[in-house]
Amino acid sequence: MIRNIAILLAFQLAGETLARGFGLAVPGPVIGLGGLFAALLFLPKLAEAMRPTAEGLLAHLSLLFVPAGVGVTAHLATFAENGLALATALVGSTVLAILAGVGAFRLTARLTGGDVDE
Amino acid sequence: MNDPFELWSYLAQEPLLWLTVTLVAYVAADRIAEAAHRHPLANPVLIAIVLIAVVLGLSGTPYPTYFEGAQFVHFMLGPATVALAVPLHANLGRVKRTLLPMMVALVAGSLTAILSALGIAWAMGVRGETLLSLAPKSATAPVALGVSEAVGGEPTLTAVLVILTGITGAIVATPMLNALRITDWRARGFAVGLAAHGIGTAHAFRVNSTAGAFSGIGMGLNAILTALLAPLVVGLLF
Repeated sequence: MIRNIAILLAFQLAGETLARGFGLAVPGPVIGLGGLFAALLFLPKLAEAMRPTAEGLLAHLSLLFVPAGVGVTAHLATFAENGLALATALVGSTVLAILAGVGAFRLTARLTGGDVDE
Repeated sequence: MNDPFELWSYLAQEPLLWLTVTLVAYVAADRIAEAAHRHPLANPVLIAIVLIAVVLGLSGTPYPTYFEGAQFVHFMLGPATVALAVPLHANLGRVKRTLLPMMVALVAGSLTAILSALGIAWAMGVRGETLLSLAPKSATAPVALGVSEAVGGEPTLTAVLVILTGITGAIVATPMLNALRITDWRARGFAVGLAAHGIGTAHAFRVNSTAGAFSGIGMGLNAILTALLAPLVVGLLF
């Protein structure tokens, strides 16, 4: 458990160091994700060992967004002014993005014969 | 008993109080969602935010004071993002087989998210910093904040827009995709992850584990693509 958390933090730290050191547009944790994924390709046993920790952390992923979300209280003036427009833009673009993603995925899967998921 | 005012001013300054409030509000929100039979509208993140906002409003606590305590929870977003490598690796075979559909869906979905958010808000009269803060809203929080700053948005406003986008995605995805009779969990998960990042992914994991894994991939890839595309789109349009 502790070892697995240390591994996650080490990859995040390496990612942050690369991102900031080279001024990359990609954020540190995403680079860390890529690095850990590459490491797991060579160490399948580690993937098995890290599974409970990763699953435990990801099962409560929604909780981790709560503190940033409460930031809405600091922007009430903006929402009072532009609330309807922002709500329409958020709902509209989220629906459109999901539809575009699903549509493009299904269409390409059908065209390339990768339609069957087993 | 000591002076209750003194006690409050001590507690209000310590991280312990707001950390506890965050966890308790989330547990309560999760119970409420459970009692509502996981109805999509009863989103635990949304309920927890409302509960905490009410507590902050009633106690007159400013957001920065709250965040002092809640930052320990916020911090875990980083390691959780790295942890997405584990389900991604577990689905390696599937990922290899669907590489091309994922790439096409990624570009289509990412561009749609950025352009439609800017387009709708612009058409409805939103301008300036507030408009630009919308550009990266489908990307996961740490990415979106950096992009917002780079394109001239307001990062703390973007953080809120990102969370609201995630909640929206988690609420609309299941009813909408069921109505469209889309049964491919790979496509469903991937699209939700790219449009609604970690909150969409958390929802996807609750619905189906394949959808959750693909959602995590969609979120990770769109984080990278949004970081590259949003500054480009904003540069071309404004």
